[in-house]
Amino acid sequence: MAKSVIPIGPWHPLQEEPEFFTLTVDGETVEDIDVSVGYNHRGIEKLSEMKSFDQATFVIERICGICSTSHPFAYTMAVEDVIPVEVPDRAKYIRTIVAETERIHSHLLWLGLAGHFLGYNTIYHWVWKLREEILDVLEMLTGNRQNYAMFKPGGVRRDVNTDNVPLILKKIDGIIPTVNRLKKAILDDPVLHARLKGIGILTKEEAIDYSALGPTARASGVAKDVRKDAPYGAYDKVDWDMIVTENGDVWDKAVIRILETYESIKIVKTCIAELPGGEIDLNIKDIPPGEGIGAHEAPRGETFHYVRSDGTNRPARHKVRAPTFMNLPTYKATVIGETISDASIILAAIDPCYCCTERMAVRDMEGKRLFGGPDLVKLSQEKTAQLKREMGVQ
Amino acid sequence: MRTREQVLKDLQTRFKDDIVDLLDKSPKRVYMEIKPEAIVRIGSYIFKDLEARFNIASGVDARSHIEILYHFSLEYINLLISLRVKLDREKPSIDSLANSFKAVNWVEREMSELLGIEFKGHPEMKRLLLPEEWPEGVYPLRADYEEWDKNAIRDRGV
Amino acid sequence: MSFAVNALLKSPWVFHLSTGSCNNCDIEILDCLTPRYDIERFGMLLVGSIKHADVLLVTGSCNRKSAGRLKTLYEQAPQPCVVVAIGECSLSRGLFIHSYNCPVPLDKIIPVSVYIPGCPPKPEAIIGGVVKLIQKVKGT
Repeated sequence: MAKSVIPIGPWHPLQEEPEFFTLTVDGETVEDIDVSVGYNHRGIEKLSEMKSFDQATFVIERICGICSTSHPFAYTMAVEDVIPVEVPDRAKYIRTIVAETERIHSHLLWLGLAGHFLGYNTIYHWVWKLREEILDVLEMLTGNRQNYAMFKPGGVRRDVNTDNVPLILKKIDGIIPTVNRLKKAILDDPVLHARLKGIGILTKEEAIDYSALGPTARASGVAKDVRKDAPYGAYDKVDWDMIVTENGDVWDKAVIRILETYESIKIVKTCIAELPGGEIDLNIKDIPPGEGIGAHEAPRGETFHYVRSDGTNRPARHKVRAPTFMNLPTYKATVIGETISDASIILAAIDPCYCCTERMAVRDMEGKRLFGGPDLVKLSQEKTAQLKREMGVQ
Repeated sequence: MRTREQVLKDLQTRFKDDIVDLLDKSPKRVYMEIKPEAIVRIGSYIFKDLEARFNIASGVDARSHIEILYHFSLEYINLLISLRVKLDREKPSIDSLANSFKAVNWVEREMSELLGIEFKGHPEMKRLLLPEEWPEGVYPLRADYEEWDKNAIRDRGV
Repeated sequence: MSFAVNALLKSPWVFHLSTGSCNNCDIEILDCLTPRYDIERFGMLLVGSIKHADVLLVTGSCNRKSAGRLKTLYEQAPQPCVVVAIGECSLSRGLFIHSYNCPVPLDKIIPVSVYIPGCPPKPEAIIGGVVKLIQKVKGT
């Protein structure tokens, strides 16, 4: 049967970031997939070498907007690992509060986008409106909705204003009823069960072979989470659960993200209630020669930074590894064999953050073009509508 | 379940001819320098037999030579082992680990185009990040990288 | 500006593209469409194809791969198409001015009508910028 090639991208309305997928299809089934990266490569590792350790934090923050805390968190821990030194307790708690609030907003963002891909535009608007409350909380904590500039090697830059705490807690408590309703609406919907269960399965062996991270790996039964395996910040002082499931399909990945939102809410509230007093910054003056590694569990998986210092005030080498870099190649294992109407939701299920990956490659396209990017979204939305009709659901 | 001491002792006895140096920096960090020829043996052993997770490999231009550090995580003992190999700066070349496990595939492609390291036996070595018009032989992460683009504008025009 | 631009700015259809950004600006643009800011009540709609666009919102620091695609896409856009540069990266590349992969700023590749600074600019700033554009076009 004739094979055809479908390009998705580089500016697909589904995803805000440029990337280029090429699917080779045989009829309705995907036979092969190639991902092109490089549209987002900004040479950040080289830029870090031109800045001082403190200045580099501002560049690092802008690797990714959605997980804007995870990169500075890992970077500052890497610099502190060079010496090595531990930051004061109050700084650890403040870092944890900001990181977990960001996890809530990131998972809600994904949930909204997933809803849009499936044709549930109400979820998309509803969840993003809810997300605004979390961005208000972040603005009260740090002064900005995104790009918080809270981290520095040695601690945090600013303290939490305790006058704001009652309002922060009120806003966080205020989102819980809506998240409960969302959870029930999503988890009890038979159309979503039919749409997402058994789709895009990543087996445990493949997850280990690709060294997949975060919810992508935990959905396949790989119980790894940097916050539990190598605790840092305040994660070992707070009681919370790691969420792991077994099936590795898109459904499991959605469930993990919803349940992790509850855990994050728990961590934030506990940390705010138990915030210790004391210093927030060690005032590090010099970084001695040496190497350091820092790892933080971002919403998408483990962010890994490696820093080498030669005794001057600039990093001699700074290696950034975002979780999507390890998760992206798993497309080969999950999309091949599935239908094209499911391709868009499987591609979105690993919650790709291409700006973090900083890389996307180019591929030439051969073959007749049958569907464009927007048509693939429509295919996905139509499949949901069809399922609704078959199941007699409105 | 093995302990930290058992794991280190096992590596030191099993590969004693290939290990050049071992730096036990802290309970969570071990840096082990090995001979470049042994990377596939030791890397696959750590990944498969010790059930480590592969984190990333970072290439470094250390002026006198090129270094690669392969970072593996052993979560069950909260240990990160970094294997260091030192390569000749004129023609850095090492065997590819991509045939042993898939996680290292893109990592080696990236190091090859940004630092100019040759990975022998890599299944699909091609550009990952840099555009097609990027000149061959120019490696951005090298210390002696210079601006080659005559049309680049590096000031703000004020 | 011409009658055509005047007419289409009554309810501009917006095409958004990112030429290598950290995504903050892109998320803030999508935030403008969500219920808290809701620019759809002004008739602004996010479209999926450049051929339907009246306004082009560009973010990102134009790295080499994206710059080529950007130029092709701009030439496909039906004129008149107003270009709005959002965020520091599209103004002058911001932090990434010394990056080896970001050679020139956006306005050296395509003509830009409106610059909205910020890193990222808040949704209020984006809406303010687009309103200024509409007012300038109408001559008010």
